[in-house]
Amino acid sequence: MAGVAVSTTINGDTIEYLCQPDETLLDVLRDRLGLTGAKEGCGTGDCGACSVILDDRLVCSCLVLGAEAEGRRIETVEGMAQGDKLHPLQQKFLEHAALQCGICTPGFLIAAKDLLAKNPDPTEEEIRFGLAGNLCRCTGYDKIVRAVQDAAIVMKGA
Amino acid sequence: MRYIRPLSIEDAVGQLAGSAGPAAILAGGSDLLVRMKGGFVEPELIIDIKSIAGLRDIRETAEGFSIGAAVPCAVLGENAALKKAWPGVVEAAKLIGSKQVQGRCTIVGNLCNASPAADSVPALVAAGARAVVVGPSGKRTIAVETVPTAPGRTSLAKGEIIEAILLGSQAPRSADAYLRFIPRTEMDIAVVSAGVNLTLDEAGVVTAARVAIGAAAPTVLLVEEGAEALIGRKLDEAALERLAKVCAGACRPIDDKRGTIEFRRKVAGVLATRAAQTAYARAGGK
Amino acid sequence: MNFDPRFSGRKFASVGTRPIRPDGVDKVTGRARYGADFNMAGQLVGRVLRSPHAHAKIRKIDTSKAEALAGVKAVITAKDLPDLTDGDAAMYDILDNCMARTKALYDGHAVAAVAAIDAHTARQALKLIVVDYEVLPHVTDVDEAMQHHAPLINDTVFTEGLEEKPVKPSNVTKRSQFGHGDVHQGFGHADFIVERSFKTEQTHQGYIEPHACVANVSSDGTADLWVCTQGHFVYRQHCAQLLGMEASKLRVTSSEIGGGFGGKTHVWAEPVALALSRKAGRPVKLVMTRDEVFRASGPTSATSIDVKIGARKDGTITAAEATLRYSAGPYAGSWAEIGAMTAFACYRLDNVKTVGFEVLVNRPKTAAYRAPSAPMAAFAVESAVDELAKELGMDPVEFRIRNAAQEGTRSSYGPVYGPIGIGPTLEAVKAHAHMKAPLKVNQGRGMACGFWFNFGGQTCVDLNIGMDGSVSLAVGTVDVGGSRASLSLVAAEELGIDYAQLKAVVADTSSLGYNDMTDGSRGTFSSSMATISAARNAIKILRERAAQMWDIAVDDVVWEQGHAVAKGEKHGNLGKLSLKEIAAKSGTTGGPIAGHSELVADGAGVSFATHICDVEVDPETGATRVIRYTVVQDAGKAVHPTYVEGQYQGGAAQGIGWALNEEYIYGKDGRLQNAGFLDYRIPVCSDLPMIDTQILEIPNPNHPYGVRGVGETSIVPPLAAIANAVSNAAGVRMTHIPMSPPRILAAIEAEREG
Repeated sequence: MAGVAVSTTINGDTIEYLCQPDETLLDVLRDRLGLTGAKEGCGTGDCGACSVILDDRLVCSCLVLGAEAEGRRIETVEGMAQGDKLHPLQQKFLEHAALQCGICTPGFLIAAKDLLAKNPDPTEEEIRFGLAGNLCRCTGYDKIVRAVQDAAIVMKGA
Repeated sequence: MRYIRPLSIEDAVGQLAGSAGPAAILAGGSDLLVRMKGGFVEPELIIDIKSIAGLRDIRETAEGFSIGAAVPCAVLGENAALKKAWPGVVEAAKLIGSKQVQGRCTIVGNLCNASPAADSVPALVAAGARAVVVGPSGKRTIAVETVPTAPGRTSLAKGEIIEAILLGSQAPRSADAYLRFIPRTEMDIAVVSAGVNLTLDEAGVVTAARVAIGAAAPTVLLVEEGAEALIGRKLDEAALERLAKVCAGACRPIDDKRGTIEFRRKVAGVLATRAAQTAYARAGGK
Repeated sequence: MNFDPRFSGRKFASVGTRPIRPDGVDKVTGRARYGADFNMAGQLVGRVLRSPHAHAKIRKIDTSKAEALAGVKAVITAKDLPDLTDGDAAMYDILDNCMARTKALYDGHAVAAVAAIDAHTARQALKLIVVDYEVLPHVTDVDEAMQHHAPLINDTVFTEGLEEKPVKPSNVTKRSQFGHGDVHQGFGHADFIVERSFKTEQTHQGYIEPHACVANVSSDGTADLWVCTQGHFVYRQHCAQLLGMEASKLRVTSSEIGGGFGGKTHVWAEPVALALSRKAGRPVKLVMTRDEVFRASGPTSATSIDVKIGARKDGTITAAEATLRYSAGPYAGSWAEIGAMTAFACYRLDNVKTVGFEVLVNRPKTAAYRAPSAPMAAFAVESAVDELAKELGMDPVEFRIRNAAQEGTRSSYGPVYGPIGIGPTLEAVKAHAHMKAPLKVNQGRGMACGFWFNFGGQTCVDLNIGMDGSVSLAVGTVDVGGSRASLSLVAAEELGIDYAQLKAVVADTSSLGYNDMTDGSRGTFSSSMATISAARNAIKILRERAAQMWDIAVDDVVWEQGHAVAKGEKHGNLGKLSLKEIAAKSGTTGGPIAGHSELVADGAGVSFATHICDVEVDPETGATRVIRYTVVQDAGKAVHPTYVEGQYQGGAAQGIGWALNEEYIYGKDGRLQNAGFLDYRIPVCSDLPMIDTQILEIPNPNHPYGVRGVGETSIVPPLAAIANAVSNAAGVRMTHIPMSPPRILAAIEAEREG
């Protein structure tokens, strides 16, 4: 297999890497770049734990090849906080205890960020359907939905 | 294994036709990467078609719409004109996978994956959509329902790529609708599904109809008798009852992990009826 | 140490508040390290070859081609894990489950493993291993496995617990019986009797994080294991025993854990990773795929249960009886026994009898899943109770209140209850606004009760006070959902200091004494008891140091609100010394100040819950939507109420998934057909409503703060609550879980056709 040289932008930084043609973006992020915030819960796009934003579109990084990232823009959970200041969603997830084990949390934060970017004032139903691609097995989603509702209020006021 | 990103459809066709080992087209990757992960396919060549000019565009043409093979389904939902003309096709495309998958998956991929349960296919068939196929011997346009021939198999020859899906302009007083049954509210594969496209006259009588059922046979079913049950009538109870009956009768389903034969038959009829009612209302019928 | 664990009824300053968890920021920034987030220099990738057959004799395994592949550093089979279990049957089963020895016993059973320089090479190597199988007849259904003609899974198994010793081997490993009184006589006094049979399908805990570990074995016989687990001390013992190591030479560090719910209480991949590392002489990382998690970890039992309950016209239950059959996978377990114990635990019964049968099947070895075995028994019993109430013309809540167990009741499984919460949860439900809310067409309401024992067990905690007065708390129970926050609150409470002054960590196995795992809802109960004990030991030293600083007798020093206070008029001018002031001087008053605790946390308080649920059923498709859900549960004392609510909500959500859609589906070939999150359908966000909670606090007399376990009981009532709601909405009694749309539609159609 011939390696593919890729130049891309991750959380605002220009990053270059070499990957195998069958390697997923998730594998590249985790194993080559040390960005382990995105998790592999299934590897088949069914759990959303590996969610990242690729050129303003929410995607499962397990369903994107590393080679496809050439020239594109990727946002991961590691890029959400500004310095030591948490993103309002991160803060609200903490305050509402919207996580128990926390393995799904990076994916939910990224999906919620994408959701609020496109719909700053979502109804509960819009939040629930907007986050339906992210599985959580601990919380029953109640506190996650409330955290997103609360973050939306804060972000509108900002 | 090699990964290439051709810039023209001719180059892509040439690479595909010339590949000695198994080759795969990559658009959204939401089926391909899953199959690679599971070890079901091991392509020697991956041809990423997203950089080919025009393949990421939805074009309004004199005849209607041309949807490029690499257009993610999420983009369909963001196109106001398409949504207005073909709400059923768009709602079907928007049901594939999660929001994450929506950002990647394409209706052409959905069609070429040739799953009997593909969501967008019954809606496309009901809408009378056509596929533009480009291959080593040139270009041809075929009806969407002729693409899947069996689960996982298509009528495409070696080297052929579907470049775009064509949808006509909707006639006046026409509308389509698509419904599927899934056990959850999201993130499922259709257990059974129905797409209906109707044209009405000024009195609300159905003058043309196409009814398609998904996940009820090895390939999508275009149910002519379903259309016949509706044509020449308003959507009265008898017509709907007849529609449900012929749709249930047309099914050749199997028992599997997603549903039973009895369930699929019964619900195919229910969904066809409900989709017909939605299409009828959208077309202005009362 | 003379630790007094009795409930004291004190007023709380920290306990009961809702601060942000100490591990929170790492978890929202992606920095928290889970099982697969850890790497070691030079590590190899481990992968496991699994049987495609449900039942097959392994004639021969040829690994030569795999070993010859460039980049492969080790290949192992059962030969590399010799039997060192020395007659310990349970350990032998674990060994055989980690790597099949003579037979593959289920689809997914490990038969060989490789370690290679990368994932691609490891995958290729697996394809080069040739296994010669002799495929045997298999059985996956619990009822079929009990038939005389069923294929035998283990011909050395003879049913235990029978009056006469059996002469023929059987798939039934054990019969167990509980109860008291005379059910025959009791049924004779009944005016109404309901008798029904129920089935529940096998489900999986569905934790989002697959099993993952990194093993590093040195040639000097020491080893490190990084792993996601609910109990790293237990993993250490099991791994050390299976690999012939001394436990103290194996240091196990528990990673952050991405969900367990009972499923991360057993070793599967870990001994394999250690054996690969030992053979390769390099660290090995082994991460299961989602497909492997479903096929080859530890789902819960499938069951078949018969229930018979009789009552007098006045609503008094006169007798209750159940026969419960639980699948155990291919190895013996105690699942039916637990089901038989919990089945009627909510009720005050003069005549009760339950009989459990453990049944071997060609499915993965059953593991614990949140209040293991109780939800299925509760589904059967609470469905029958509802039906009986209907026959009596009584309100289902009133009927349950009338028969609810109370303090002094002899439980159906033996012990006499102390103060318990079943009555109060029922009264709370009766008074709840949810019970009075109007319902629309096709909607139905159901309610049900649930019970779980809760565990205590071996626990060890270290509490160290730094010279700056900050406190580090090292616990040995893995934090699965916020226990570091709860235990910090408890330590802050006991020491009288601020929550922010503390930091709690989960210590590795070389840094702390043995702890049982986080199961049985024991994490906060037992570790809080040990934390209180450790804090009290530290306070004793703090008082001594203060006495020394003041040069007075230690008996004249008391600890109040985080300060040493000199008592008595003669010390009136001494004022008080803060923990910080005492800590600052510790270097000159006797050295570091710490409190330790090693104890067996006895007296876990039993827990009860009552749930209310509204559903809407589409009569044309059988689709069910849960539209409102309320959990009422006794927590004893909610240490961190937000996390208690989280446990209530999470258990309810898992129960909803189990009730409606989740199930293992096996083909006729004995292979699992839905080993992924697409077709093993756990609830998604849009499937659920908000889940309302009401925390009741009936103190556990055996814990200083009254704490009871809260983690598991919430999964017990949902199956029955939803079944009762669906039955009320659809007008037909559902007896098979999950109540998937095809099952509901078939039941509705059958009812229509009469």
